[in-house]
Amino acid sequence: MLQSMLLLRRFEEKVEELFMVKGALIGPSHLYLGQEAVAVGAMSALAPDDLTVTTYRGHGHALAKRVPAKLCMAELFGKETGNCKGLGGSMHVAIYPKTGSLYATAIVGSGIPIAAGVGLGLKQKRSKNIVATFFGDGACNTGAFHEGTNLIAVWKLPVLLFCENNQYAMSTPVKRAVSSPSIAERGRAYGMETIVVDGNDVISVYVAAKIAAERARSRSEPTFLECVTYKMKGHGVYDKGEYRPKDEVEKWLARDPIIVFKKKLLDSKTMTQSEIDAVEDIVKQEIEESVEFAMQGSVLPFNTIQSYVYAEE
Amino acid sequence: MRELTYADALREALREEMLRDPNVILLGEEIGVFNGVYKVTRGLLDEFGPERVRDTPISEAAIAGAAVGLALAGLKPVAEIMYMDFLPICMDQLATQAAKMRFMSGGQLKVPMVLRTQYSLGRQHGSQHSQFTPAWFLQVPGIKIVLPSNPYDAKGLLKSSIRDPNPVLFIESGLLYRTKGPVPEEEYTIPLGQAEVKRKGEDITIVGISRQVGEALSAATKLEQSGISAEVIDVRTLQPLDLKTIVESVKRTSRLVIASDDVKTGGVGAEISASVNENAFGYLDAPIARIACPDTPIPFSPPLEQSYMPNADKIVETVKTIMGK
Repeated sequence: MLQSMLLLRRFEEKVEELFMVKGALIGPSHLYLGQEAVAVGAMSALAPDDLTVTTYRGHGHALAKRVPAKLCMAELFGKETGNCKGLGGSMHVAIYPKTGSLYATAIVGSGIPIAAGVGLGLKQKRSKNIVATFFGDGACNTGAFHEGTNLIAVWKLPVLLFCENNQYAMSTPVKRAVSSPSIAERGRAYGMETIVVDGNDVISVYVAAKIAAERARSRSEPTFLECVTYKMKGHGVYDKGEYRPKDEVEKWLARDPIIVFKKKLLDSKTMTQSEIDAVEDIVKQEIEESVEFAMQGSVLPFNTIQSYVYAEE
Repeated sequence: MRELTYADALREALREEMLRDPNVILLGEEIGVFNGVYKVTRGLLDEFGPERVRDTPISEAAIAGAAVGLALAGLKPVAEIMYMDFLPICMDQLATQAAKMRFMSGGQLKVPMVLRTQYSLGRQHGSQHSQFTPAWFLQVPGIKIVLPSNPYDAKGLLKSSIRDPNPVLFIESGLLYRTKGPVPEEEYTIPLGQAEVKRKGEDITIVGISRQVGEALSAATKLEQSGISAEVIDVRTLQPLDLKTIVESVKRTSRLVIASDDVKTGGVGAEISASVNENAFGYLDAPIARIACPDTPIPFSPPLEQSYMPNADKIVETVKTIMGK
């Protein structure tokens, strides 16, 4: 888990550097910094062939669901060697069905009805697999959220709904956009098993997700998990998040999920500092190789893009 | 040959494909217990059970989204949206999700789904239950657009749509559900992307879309009495559009009229006209004419709606003007 969390963190730090310092990447990019405990805790509780439907803030979901970092990086560079051949980009980097990372949408809220359909498909095929969908607090105010959540509840579909409440929908704080005391109320309102989790504690997320996954797998019952977390940076890579109160930012940065987890591992003597350093080195190596791989790739020939619009038989 | 109504031909296509492929499942509002608002799904719940004929809440975005998800999960959903006017409610799922998935995943994903809907122009359903807006979807590469004009095509095209590996928007005409036509007992399909020359002619080509194919054929019969020989083409599908058949016809007749039930501005007629101009301008002896609805919402009052709708007489009048007769 630590290695996975570090991979997510160092990947995003590298992406930020490539955008801001080196100008090597352009376009919108929504960093997952600070939310690593959610994706890693959740994915660790899923079976490798369980499916995910995630979002445009999806680098973390992709990496946690074992999409190879080099393919993700090449996709960000718009190269043919990326998992979506450079046709998707940052917001769709979590599309890699080979590892169960089924789909990532860039329209807020739209993944929830799709997850309902995937869940229905799995249930109908008597599959042992389940689907997890990830979305932010902002998505909870869309029509698609309500229609999709209702369908998941009323048809008892094997779906885990991970609401990553990172406190802001772009710059709008949750308290100015959600009238109920918590977002979790909404899961309950649809008659769904609902839990509020410390989204900065990977173990808490993992345990909650494990219980929810078991419920979905054995009884085909959905669970709504509100994971309370914080995005360390702004909405997109160019947003400095200056609309946030300084003391709030400081309070959350002190609860950085990686610092929290490292402390836990050291305090419980599960890992030593030198073991952690060794993991850091492995991750650093992987990121460097992924950038190298991405830079070497070429761009898909323009005259071939038409062939990706429609499938043949 | 036996005759079936347009609705029964559609029903037969659904039933045969459900028997042929256990992955075909239906979902939509009132399609099960109520047998479908237009009875297209009559009896299918009893035959296939509630898992394969699934009544949904009134949640168009979720119906379309669930169809997308089902397709991703390896099933072949046929979702019904009761009125074409409700498509904007699920536009995101159709236009921005389903249509783009294969492309933006670099070919990793496939979305074999059909979204059936119908337009009720001519049934006194007013401004919000009568619209025919296929041109909106011409702006969305990645979905196919199918519009059967008769029972034979309804069955053959729906079967092909269900077997197609892409998202298909299947637009039925509410006015045609009770009309009858020959439908063979034996199995057949009609490939998507092939227009049909319904009637051969020498002087002018009339391209009809959906219900207007029937009106164009009536017009051609009337025009014959005036000594005008009109060729009538049914596009059958707008995406892909069989431009070749239309262009070849125009090269022979040198004149073109396009008849469609949508609003004239920015409609399908404009697109076909532009494409013919690009490919056969030198062959034209007259400007291309479009027969379509005026640029207003659809009036309820039955006489007003009748005046509003394109019909055979309007086609005849336009053709005579073009021919100088």
